[in-house]
Amino acid sequence: MIEKTIVPDKETIKSRFPNKKVLTRPKAIIECYQEIPCNPCETSCPFDAIIIGEDINTIPKIDYDKCTGCGICVYSCPGLAIMNVMIKNGKAYFKVPYELLPLPKVDEVWLACNRHGEVITKCKIEQVMPPKKTNYKTALITVSVEQPYLYEFSTIRSPYE
Amino acid sequence: MINRDLVIVGGGPAGLSAAKIAIDAGMKVTIVERFNQLGGQLIKQTHKFFGSQLQYAKTRGFDIANILIDDLAGYDNLEILLDATCVAMYPDKVLTIYQNNKYMKYKAKSVIIATGASEKFLAFENNDLPGIYGAGAVQTLMNIYGIKPGKEVVMIGSGNIGLIVSYQLIQAGVKVKALVEAASKVGGYLVHAAKLKRLGVDILLNTTVKKAIGKEKLEKVVTVKLDDNWQEIANTEKEIKTDALCISVGLSPLHQLMSMAGAKMLDVSELGGYVPKKSCDYETTIPNVYACGDVTGIEEASSAMVEGKITGLMAVKHLGFKLDNMEKLEADLNDQLCILRQGPCGEKIRCGLKKVGEIYD
Repeated sequence: MIEKTIVPDKETIKSRFPNKKVLTRPKAIIECYQEIPCNPCETSCPFDAIIIGEDINTIPKIDYDKCTGCGICVYSCPGLAIMNVMIKNGKAYFKVPYELLPLPKVDEVWLACNRHGEVITKCKIEQVMPPKKTNYKTALITVSVEQPYLYEFSTIRSPYE
Repeated sequence: MINRDLVIVGGGPAGLSAAKIAIDAGMKVTIVERFNQLGGQLIKQTHKFFGSQLQYAKTRGFDIANILIDDLAGYDNLEILLDATCVAMYPDKVLTIYQNNKYMKYKAKSVIIATGASEKFLAFENNDLPGIYGAGAVQTLMNIYGIKPGKEVVMIGSGNIGLIVSYQLIQAGVKVKALVEAASKVGGYLVHAAKLKRLGVDILLNTTVKKAIGKEKLEKVVTVKLDDNWQEIANTEKEIKTDALCISVGLSPLHQLMSMAGAKMLDVSELGGYVPKKSCDYETTIPNVYACGDVTGIEEASSAMVEGKITGLMAVKHLGFKLDNMEKLEADLNDQLCILRQGPCGEKIRCGLKKVGEIYD
């Protein structure tokens, strides 16, 4: 029961990812596991790729033929439950929402954490989109990790703490 | 005696939304707000709101407050009293308002009570040590005055407020040592809990705080495990070093004005305590006295705003004022509320509202 564990089991997490072939292009991964009254992911998507429908408590469904990995839903989600993922040259690229200061700088090496908050590996900061550009005061950080961490990576942590 | 068509007590999301409807219809309105600015709890909310676009979803709480306040600009039929406390309401809708060391009497044709809620406290040994706060106080200190409540904190309660304030504490640079929850599962939205989890916060279920330790201020808290009947399990005590403890164990409606005026009140645990019995027009048992927002049942600000609009509309209608498309507006607002409450998270509120007379099917 996810209300007790908070983090879902591996199979459930994997079920939110499309086929690896699809991930040669950036795609949004939606980790929304609870029916709550919320639909900004659907209304913010410029490509109508995310469907919730009239009952805003419904868990969002994503159409990967339509998703372009633009990242708008990533900073629109009030629950910070969406990230973008892409696989390229044996690396997994993640675009994650980040609301702590200081922001990382491009080319820095930060710690990579899993959904339990444990450090799993290091990650390279590829791109930093500061809050002003994304609006809504959420920064988007693109990082790369080795591909085996595809289903484990969740967020970045400062190495300077 | 100052005469008004409508006096709204409380300038939070419910009261401000009600005011907008009423002044648009041409009513002479006074808002009474206890704090030195409008917006209620919204001004401390730094997270993006849930709900749909109709309730400003994905907008941060303090930005929503600014939208609601800006909506009221430029009306000469609106009076806003800040730093003003409504200290009494009588059955004939005479209100005593205390401001600048003066008591003023208002006679209202209708009243909307939108006083919100107050925090519940938790009983444990030494719970009065400096360093022990309610979650609201922590938000006020950090998000209004820019003051950190401590270097480290233990949070009690995993409802949405406990989860959100823990996240805000981390953003402010405070180390969250643990979040304890007496129940066997997280109370608030899982997405909020997941944010804390990936930042490395220990979320301890079936756990509560047994006592606080400290000479002149908080130094340590002692936690204890609870069984499924909420009884302490022997020899499971643990000490956590911390200089701040934040209590977020729920809210109860600020019902006192309505109780004072003799409105029929009901004790409904699903709604957080004493709430007014009301008709489907949001009218209490005192004619032309309405209530909306958390004072009628603890819920999200999204629903408080919609309820506020409906209540404003009812006041407009019953005093014979007019707005365009009133019937359609009323139906749309009721639809919005139904949609916000129709999921599994709305079960408790639906259950509570049935007891006070609102029908949900």
